[in-house]
Parts: sequence; structure tokens; C-alpha cells
Amino acid sequence: MNLKKLPKKLVLQGGTILDPLSGRSKKGNVVIERNKIKSVGSTGGAKGETKIDCSGLVITHGFCDVHVHFREPGREDKETLQTGSRAALAGGFTRVCVMPNTSPPLDTPESIRFIVEKAEECPVHIHPIGAVTKGQKGQELTEVQGIISEGAVALSDDGLPISDAQVMRLALEYTSMFDKPVINHAEDECLRNNGLMHEGEISTRLGLAGNPSLAEAIMIQRDLELANMIQAKLHVPHVSSAGGAANIRRMKKLNPNITAEVTPHHLFFNDQALLEYNTNFKVAPPIRTEDDRKELIKAVKDGTFDCIATDHAPHTIDEKEATFESAPFGMIGLESCFGAVNKVLDMPLKELLKLLTVNPRRVMGFEEDLFKIGCAAELTILDPAQEWIYKEQNIYSKSRNTPFIGEKLKGKVRYTISKGTIADLN
Amino acid sequence: MQEKHLLGLEHYPAEDIVSIIDTAFSFREVLDRPIKKVPSLQGKTIVNLFFENSTRTRISFELAQKRLSADTVNFSASSSSLKKGESFKDTVQNIEAMKIDAVVMRHPDPGASLHLTKYVDAVVINAGDGTHEHPTQAILDMTSLQERFGKVKGLRIGIIGDIMYSRVARSNIYGLKKLGAEVILCGPTTLIPPHIDSLGVRVTHDLDEVLDWADAINVLRIQLERMDRGLFPSVREYRNLFGITSERLKKHKKEIVIMHPGPMNRGIEIDSSVADGKEAIILDQVLNGVASRMAILYLLLGGKPENN
Ligand SMILES: [Zn+2]
Repeated sequence: MNLKKLPKKLVLQGGTILDPLSGRSKKGNVVIERNKIKSVGSTGGAKGETKIDCSGLVITHGFCDVHVHFREPGREDKETLQTGSRAALAGGFTRVCVMPNTSPPLDTPESIRFIVEKAEECPVHIHPIGAVTKGQKGQELTEVQGIISEGAVALSDDGLPISDAQVMRLALEYTSMFDKPVINHAEDECLRNNGLMHEGEISTRLGLAGNPSLAEAIMIQRDLELANMIQAKLHVPHVSSAGGAANIRRMKKLNPNITAEVTPHHLFFNDQALLEYNTNFKVAPPIRTEDDRKELIKAVKDGTFDCIATDHAPHTIDEKEATFESAPFGMIGLESCFGAVNKVLDMPLKELLKLLTVNPRRVMGFEEDLFKIGCAAELTILDPAQEWIYKEQNIYSKSRNTPFIGEKLKGKVRYTISKGTIADLN
Repeated sequence: MQEKHLLGLEHYPAEDIVSIIDTAFSFREVLDRPIKKVPSLQGKTIVNLFFENSTRTRISFELAQKRLSADTVNFSASSSSLKKGESFKDTVQNIEAMKIDAVVMRHPDPGASLHLTKYVDAVVINAGDGTHEHPTQAILDMTSLQERFGKVKGLRIGIIGDIMYSRVARSNIYGLKKLGAEVILCGPTTLIPPHIDSLGVRVTHDLDEVLDWADAINVLRIQLERMDRGLFPSVREYRNLFGITSERLKKHKKEIVIMHPGPMNRGIEIDSSVADGKEAIILDQVLNGVASRMAILYLLLGGKPENN
């Protein structure tokens, strides 16, 4: 990946311009001048200008991921805002929301400001998500107003479920004053019972403690009922089970403020993949059965899920080169995201791109119309048909913990344009 | 031997299990001699790597190694640098660097022995990996059944107790099914793992049904800490439902062979009168444990199967 400053004027020439907001596509040029969209759809060549030949490629909105872990502050050995930004660019992402389970957690207005200030120097837009409770202990609410006024776009204790229903109720009620979503890592901790993988035939054979699907479905339903009572904004992260998806589908009819995400790894793999105890498959919530996987794909297609989010969770090689029991939960996912979901979902490109662009921006209240004249350039240029093997050299994260290495993917990001930078992935 | 390591029986070839059992009987003869030592593994070095305490299994392996004239080193977690925060990988790579031929490992984490094979060239023998497998225990159990019945094929075996957390149960299920025995599991619903029937076994919660049906039962040790976690309410109730008592056995006409992998909770899962009774082969299991482990070490470290 080659990172360069955008020239004063850049012509993206002769590509298919696909606007996921309108759903329309046309052949033509996109002209960027002084980092802003100057024109969209002109044809013909221009002399003496810097251009990128986009023939055969699709020019679209930069991707947005509402769920990443960049580990700063505290675990800069795993990832930093800078290295995470590079992983984002490599995956076509121009905007990400970082979870607050850092060390210390982002649970004060000051810690949110720290991220916002550091993010200014980064080549992608990074928005912090603030903790719901002090120290992510699940007990007392943080200074929600202060956190939001410093730039947090949502509230979450991600990594840790908010077990106490009363705390969750108060969080939804209080946060609703500010029109921001609350995101709860939805697993019933008692029912999860220290499970290391999906509870089923495979966990029984491997002798690994199982985490039943119901641990998620029950917690999601609790949150949905609370959000419905309050008519509050609830965003359900990384849904892993058929039951969880069904609950969201049903409750969305009652509360228009519910949104939900699914990860590439829950759409791509099933629990058979764990048969060799590969710790890169150890994620929370766990990768479940083939039936669950199929139901998740269905739920993407019928609109139950608003967006795809990677839950990019870097861990060091040393930590992951452990027994399954002692390895930490999580995998990285930004770089492999598009090729994975484009392969496994097999849906019209303009529909798929909505899940990576317009919809996640809507969830977080970001600008959705990125082809608007004068809008700061945030674009991704991709080849949706290119088949490729994902290799370690495609990783720009500081960590390497992904089971996608060696997988054949379909669709590759070729350029990402963000914050005055162009990433060339050819 | 088709496999380099013995990690578990789930994917282990049936014919190699049979070879091990046959060879174990040859070594049983050695153990009956006045001088119980053969030079088969002279010059070979074996490390017993125990990350979890298990006096019985360790002694059984150690004795097997000594009877075969191998050099052995014991390494247990309490005496090791693990407490100082050294990683598993560093520990085993250190051991590997000392030119070891085989590692016998007990570890509390499922999959630990497979994990070990990534870092060492030596032959790896799983002496129990968490709640996953304990293949040498299952092989000694089958050796004992073969000794008693002259065959394993067609036998009806009941496994009684905590199936959920039992590596002995899993390895026994795989081994017994491979050698053509029928298996029924019996224990409280809370200690039977989900989808266990996918392994080709039946499940019942009625002990009398098992005692009517089985040729032999393998009584598992009940860990009393399971009670604290609410998996069964009391020792009294466990004993009422699943305890192997003389009174209970007397209700059934036919005699059945009693096995236990040890250590026993006498008076809980098994009564002394049963454990010390004439149908119990628990002490034969201990002796067959040494013979089976001799056979495993011998065959995996280059010996040829012996047939009698
Ligand atoms: Zn989470």
C-alpha cells in the first residue's frame, strides 16, 4: 500500500460511479479538487491533469465501520490509531468508530478528547464511542453529556455486557436526551457461563466450554424490549445467532430506532472451523453453526441488519499462540472485509455497498451524501470481480490475528481516498 | 503406527489401537517376570510434562518408561518456571532444545497436546488435555476389557457419572465405538453435554436401565466442586440416583464388571463393597495402565507391534 497526498486536482477517469445513496450508477469521471468533490459524471479525458484510470473499476463512497478496537490508549503493542487507520485504508474504510474498552477505558470527556485530538493526524476519520458506565463496570453511568459534547458518537461498554437490566434501562433513557445510540455487547453472562465457543456438537467433541445461542438471543431481546418501552436508539452489535436475528427482525417493526450489525466472520465461517483449536477463530460472541450462518445471511438480505461491522480486534501473536482456553477473544477484520462479504453474500453490489457506506453512516448520524459537490472526498475504488487469496502481506494492522489468511476472497479495494490522502493498493 | 503422536482417539486408526492392546499383553508378561525390565527404549529420552497434578497417571507413565529402560525427566508446573510467567511456548521450546524423543503431557486446557505438536518435533503423548481426551486411559480400559472378556467387539459398556467434564468418557466413547462396542451414557442431565448423541452413543438417566443392559460399567469420579456450581444438589442425591452400591447391583440378576479410572470417592459414586468386590477390575486397570503405556511408548518410539 502506497500512501500519497492528494494532488491539487485529481481525475478518477472512466469508472463506474456507483452512488449507494441513490442506488444509481453511471460511467464517467469523478473530479476532486482541493480534497473536495468538484464534479461527478463528466466524460472524456483531460490533458495535463493527474488522473487515475478507473476503467473496469467501481467508484463509490468510502466505507464506514461502526465497530473497531484500535487499542489506544494502553495496548499500543496491538494497534494504535495510526496503524489501525492504515488497516482501514487497506480495507476501503474512510471512517471508523473506535470502541472504548481501552486501558484506561474511554469513560470521561477528557479521554474522548484525547482520541479526537489524536485522530486529527490520522488518515481516516476516527470517532470515539464512549463508555456507558464508569470503568465499564456496568454500574454507574458516565458523564454522557460531556462525553458526547467532546465528540463521542455512541455509548457502549463493548467487550463487557451490561448485565444489570436497570442500568441498561437508565442508559437508554438518559442517552435518549442526546439522540445517540447505545450499543450493548449482548450476552447473558450467567448463561454464557465462561463459554469459549458456540455450545453444540463441536464444543462437546473438543471438550471446550460452550456458549449457547440463547445467551445472546435472550440479552438482545431484553435490550430490544427496553428500547421499545423507551423508544430509545439501540444498536445491536455483532449478532451471531439465528435467534438473535429473529428477535431483531420482529422488534424492528415496533421501534424504528433499532439498528443492528453483523460481522464478516460470522457470515463467512461456522463452528466446524474450530476443530483444530485455531485460536484465531476465538471471538465473542462465538462463531456458530452453519444454520446460524445461513440465517444471518438471510437477515442481511431482508434488511434485519443495517450494516456490516468488522469488530476489528487486534491481539499480539504471543497472546494468540496459546491454548484455546487462554487466548484472548477477537480477530482483526478491516483488510479482508469487502472481499469476504462480497464473496459470501452474493447480492447486488449496490445493495451490498449500502451496508458498508450509507447505512452505517445513518446509524451514527454521519453525512450520507458523499458525491455531493463540495463534499470532502471520501471515496473507495474497487474491483468487485477480482478474486484473490488473502495473505499476510495484505495486513496493515499491527496484529496478525485473522483466520482469513489463505482464504480466497472476491472483490478487492484498489484505492481509498480519505482526508486528503490516497492509498494505492495495487 | 500410522500417526506420529497419540493426541486422542477420535481420529486414531482402529487397527493401531488393536496393535497397542496386543502389544500391551506382551508387556503384561514382562511385568509378571521377577526382573521386570526390557532394554527396548534404551537411549531414548522422555519428558513427563505435567501442568496439572496427577500422581497416578504420572507414576504409571514413569514406571512404563523405566521398565522400557528409557531415560526420563519429570517436569511439573509447581516446580517449573511457569509460575514466573514464562509462556507455554517458551517452556516447551526449552525442553525441545534438550533433544527429547517424546513428551508425555498433562494439561488443564483442551487441545493443549495438539498445540504442543506445533512447537516440538518430539513424539507427543496426551496424558489428558482438560475436558477433551485421555487416550491412554481409554486404551488401558479397553485392554482390561479385552483381558476380562477376550474381546471388545460387541460388548455393552455403560459410562456412569459426569460425562460433561470427563476426558475419560470422551476417549472411551471414541475407542469403544471404533472397536465395535456399544456405549450408553448415564448421569444427571446437567452433566451430559449437548449433542453427545452425535458421537453414536445412547443417553439415559436411569441407572437401573444401564445395570440391566451392560456387560461392564465404567464409573467416573464425581468432582465435588461441580456441586458448588449447582450441577447437582447434594452428595446424598447423587448417590441415590447414580451411586453404584451393592444393594443396587443385587436388584439385577446378571453380574457386571465394574471399572473406575480412579481416584475413587468411596461412598459417593461407588461403594467400597463394590470397589473391592469380585466383579471389580479396578486394580487390573492399574496394572494394565503400565502395560498399555509401555506398549504406546514402545510403538510410537520405533518398536514393531507384537501379536500374540
Ligand atoms: Zn462486542
